[in-house]
Amino acid sequence: MIEAENLTKFYGALPAIKDVSFSVDRGEVVGFLGPNGAGKSTTIRILTCYMPPSAGTARIGGLDCFENSLEVRRRIGYLPENVPLYGEMTVRGFLSFAARAKGVESAQIPKETERVMDVCALTSVSHRMVSHLSKGFRQRAGLAQALLGNPPVLVLDEPSIGLDPKQIIEIRKLIQHLRGEHTILLSSHILPEVAQICQRILIINKGRIMATDTPASLTNQLQKSSKILVQVRNEDAPLGSLLKDLDGVQQVVPRDDGPGRFMVETDRSRDLRPEIARFIHEKNLELLELRMLDLSLEDIFMQLVTEEMDESGVPSSSLPESGPGEGDGKQDQNVQEELAS
Amino acid sequence: MKGFWAVYRKELHSLFASPIFYVVAFIFLVISGYFFYSAVAYFNLVSFQAGRNPAVLQQLNLSNMVLRPFFMDLTIVFLLVSPLLTMRLYAEERRSGTLELLFTYPVTDRATILAKFSAVVTVFLVVLVGTLPGFFLLEYLTDPSWKVILCCYLGFFLLGSAFMAAGLFTSSLTRNQIIAAVLSFGILLMFWIISWMQSLAGPSLAGLIQYLSIMEHFDTFSKGVIDSTDLLFYILFIAFFLFLTQRQIESYRWRG
Repeated sequence: MIEAENLTKFYGALPAIKDVSFSVDRGEVVGFLGPNGAGKSTTIRILTCYMPPSAGTARIGGLDCFENSLEVRRRIGYLPENVPLYGEMTVRGFLSFAARAKGVESAQIPKETERVMDVCALTSVSHRMVSHLSKGFRQRAGLAQALLGNPPVLVLDEPSIGLDPKQIIEIRKLIQHLRGEHTILLSSHILPEVAQICQRILIINKGRIMATDTPASLTNQLQKSSKILVQVRNEDAPLGSLLKDLDGVQQVVPRDDGPGRFMVETDRSRDLRPEIARFIHEKNLELLELRMLDLSLEDIFMQLVTEEMDESGVPSSSLPESGPGEGDGKQDQNVQEELAS
Repeated sequence: MKGFWAVYRKELHSLFASPIFYVVAFIFLVISGYFFYSAVAYFNLVSFQAGRNPAVLQQLNLSNMVLRPFFMDLTIVFLLVSPLLTMRLYAEERRSGTLELLFTYPVTDRATILAKFSAVVTVFLVVLVGTLPGFFLLEYLTDPSWKVILCCYLGFFLLGSAFMAAGLFTSSLTRNQIIAAVLSFGILLMFWIISWMQSLAGPSLAGLIQYLSIMEHFDTFSKGVIDSTDLLFYILFIAFFLFLTQRQIESYRWRG
């Protein structure tokens, strides 16, 4: 439904994106992930016909974004970053204008406006001036204008930026509710958000696509070693040095989030948990916890970004190191469960 | 022309919702009232004085002594206030980022430009209608030539529309409304004072300068004459600036 082929865009002499290629199938929800300034908005602006690419082609539903610009724009609902809206209009007035501009038949406009206000829970503020709306309502008004005319493709640029946690959850629910009816491309620099909403992730950094896959298999691919969390009751036990001798263990790192807790890095090819349990039992230590830690998306992301930095000659140590936290692991499991369901 | 009406209605709404329109209309109408009164009062005085001299009385002409000075004065006022009406058209959309919405709606750039231009011209017409009551009063007191009055209005409408087209163009150049207004004022003033150079230039250049002068062409209308040269000048002037605006918007899109 969305196809990008070798998209390149120069701002002056500076390339914002280089050879960006990807595709999104009908009905898919894809997350577009990258640090600030990576080229997400540039790519999105090309796809939404805001500006033409310097090179490459972008197609929506088989139509070229440059040559069939008007046709493409009719098929896209777009929520720009920072949600620009006409402040001097009421919510209803603004949505009616947007519907008219999008070519909704004039007899259908009141009905269509009501429908999107209903979906985005805007009915209570329909007579308020857009400039007086709170950030959360503004965001919803922006989403509502994108939904007008029921376009098959939705492109949302940072839909949850600047919202408070409650509003973020609301907007995520709203987007999840839209899944299925629309093909959605959603950009964000917040990983858990993308992981929760999207079936597939595109990671972009410095204008290049670094990786594209489902959250689960990205984790799988990039995990070079398995990490196992071990906690024993006997705090002074020299478990670290004992475990190191076990076959398949690469590294044992004591963790600072509690006494007697260790992170054991092992060979990816086999699951060492039974052996570790047996080993601890043989040493007469009381085992309290033993579980696999998943590499979180944050780690994958950092890994990809760091590798890129290494290539360009910047020392990777300049980036903050991030180890897989307990919470991240849990979150990732949640994601996988959610995706499975 | 997909989306013309949508953008036109939105622009009208924005123009009438903004306090700028009311301030501009108020100042313009107050000053135009003053000019109208002073022109009529002066005509009145001269008529009384000439009452004893039938030869002079014959030469007194309402069109020449009231209509022409009145409309000439109005053009000066309008030169000053028209950049205030046009400055926000594109500059505000660029500043607030709403241009991104317009650019991604299924609306052509040409439709947007024409809609914005038509909307601001509509607003100008509304202001212009406000000057009509004076002439109804004149009709009650004496017998003015409505053909000349309408001719003056047509000329003033074309002149004002030309101002608007130039203002629309400067508004598309920047995201700052003040810069847009100053640029537009500068361009209009240039087209106004260019005729001052006429006496210094050679014969062929003088002809060109005279043709370019935005006021020369209005002068003909204010005498009650509709000349196709003048009509064409204003139409070309408007078309030229609308074309420049379209190029500018296109270039803005490419630069991203």
